Amino acid sequence: MSIEKYDFNEKNILHFKQDKHQIAIATHVLQVYYGNKHALVDGDLEFERYRITSLIGASGSGKSTYLRSLNRMNDNVAKVEGKIIYRGLDVNSSKINVYEMRKHIGMVFQRPNPFSKSIRANITFALKEQGLKDKKKLDEIVELSLKDAALWDEVKDDLDKSAWSLSGGQQQRLCIARTIAMKPDILLLDEPASALDPISTSKIEETLVELKKRYTIIIVTHNMQQASRISDYTAFFHMGHILEYGKTKNVFTTPQIRATNDYISGNFG
Amino acid sequence: MKIKLQNKIAINIIRIIAALVVVILLFLLGDILISGVPHISWHFLTSASQSFASGGGIGVQLFNSIYLLLLTLIISFPISLGAGIFLSEYAPKNIFTSIVRMAIEVLSSLPSVVVGLFGFLLFVVQFQMGFSILSGAIALTFFNLPLLTRNIEESLRAVPDLQREAGMALGLSKWRTVTRVILPEALPGIITGVVLGAGRVFGEAAALIYTAGQSATNIDFGNWNPFNAASPLNLMRPAETLAVHIWKINSEGVMPDASAVSAGASAVLIIVVLLFNIFARIIGNSLYRKLTATK
Repeated sequence: MSIEKYDFNEKNILHFKQDKHQIAIATHVLQVYYGNKHALVDGDLEFERYRITSLIGASGSGKSTYLRSLNRMNDNVAKVEGKIIYRGLDVNSSKINVYEMRKHIGMVFQRPNPFSKSIRANITFALKEQGLKDKKKLDEIVELSLKDAALWDEVKDDLDKSAWSLSGGQQQRLCIARTIAMKPDILLLDEPASALDPISTSKIEETLVELKKRYTIIIVTHNMQQASRISDYTAFFHMGHILEYGKTKNVFTTPQIRATNDYISGNFG
Repeated sequence: MKIKLQNKIAINIIRIIAALVVVILLFLLGDILISGVPHISWHFLTSASQSFASGGGIGVQLFNSIYLLLLTLIISFPISLGAGIFLSEYAPKNIFTSIVRMAIEVLSSLPSVVVGLFGFLLFVVQFQMGFSILSGAIALTFFNLPLLTRNIEESLRAVPDLQREAGMALGLSKWRTVTRVILPEALPGIITGVVLGAGRVFGEAAALIYTAGQSATNIDFGNWNPFNAASPLNLMRPAETLAVHIWKINSEGVMPDASAVSAGASAVLIIVVLLFNIFARIIGNSLYRKLTATK
């Protein structure tokens, strides 16, 4: 099958009405370059507060690149131009305190990456680094964030065991717990379930649906069923361009762009 | 059929070569231990050496070796830790970094006798430090630095990048991520490397002959004031180590029991180095188990 050429100028991007919707974070003409490679072209997206937004697309379509730019994790490997507006500030500006910003925009990665510390210390570590010393308060946060990540019942008696003794799915939920312990506004997830078995995956999905009551969630996924199951909005990425963005239902049932249609019906990717 | 036969021959040759390595090691160890161990006694390990009479021990030399090793580690560990962290976490890909890397490689391939002579000319003569423990420790640092730096760099590099991202994503600075996340995780590898390096330093002779000197002055184990010339802790006293002692007895020893002392000292040296190797494994494994919670 030959690779079809699509017209990248043909786009169907949803824009929210400013007065009706609360926008958690938005990007304007975001460009990402790896050396000479223009990996993301004119990224223009707005994300609604307390919703799950899926970023879908084939490998190399720029969706992970886009996600990682949102909390400046690409700083050392890529050149990022354009604006990322969060609470009226441009996150992409050099004046931003990146470390402070990342406490507000947390990230969970593709492969579980707990620290080689105890389960408890995985959660308290970053809080202690911030200067939180109160033992009672820390214990409280540990319990709350583990409950939020639906892990509490499985580990409450083993909090001092090493995090690496957990299963992959539990480790990933611990990573989610660790991130939400920082009380972020926005949760970025980079294919959080792609390395997990179906049962762990569905647990993560349940967790996310529960979490969206208090967090704005942006998730990159390869799994289109997952995107349609859990997300409110979906953005379709193709070869560095964002071609379609809208309500998940609309994107999956009545895609307006030929490339989106071809992708979700499995013609490529 | 022919291919199978070839395969068989090749595998067996490799097996024989591997076995040969083990046999050589066992033969060496056996020979040294069998001829040396009978001479080891509490008296031998604790008393001072004799130049002309028989019945001398290696107490002072043993202490010197350990003290020199500790000093070397105190000097070389912080430097190589800094260099290792720089090379693994911060070094950009540029000319400066490749020069540093090349310098470390050259340093690690310098013959130890040359390092010793350099130490002699610079520290002993030029800086007028004399034959002293300090001169010896600095010479050994040159010797130990590249090994340790490489080991620390590799141990840090072995920690997956995911861990760095995890720290950064939680709002930690790069420095805090390195010191609080990456370094603890690399610790088993680093400690194994330090202990193995310590074994090599412990047995080093050539670099010390012209730096720490070849005489074991009488030291008073009741005097722990480091500024007193007779104190074991004094940095400026000449200090013959175990390895240098063995070399000296065999080249110019005139005591009647020279061969016995030499055999005993060699056995002690080998045993200590073996202990270092075994310790390195035990510590490395147990730390790794503790960190990963695998049984």
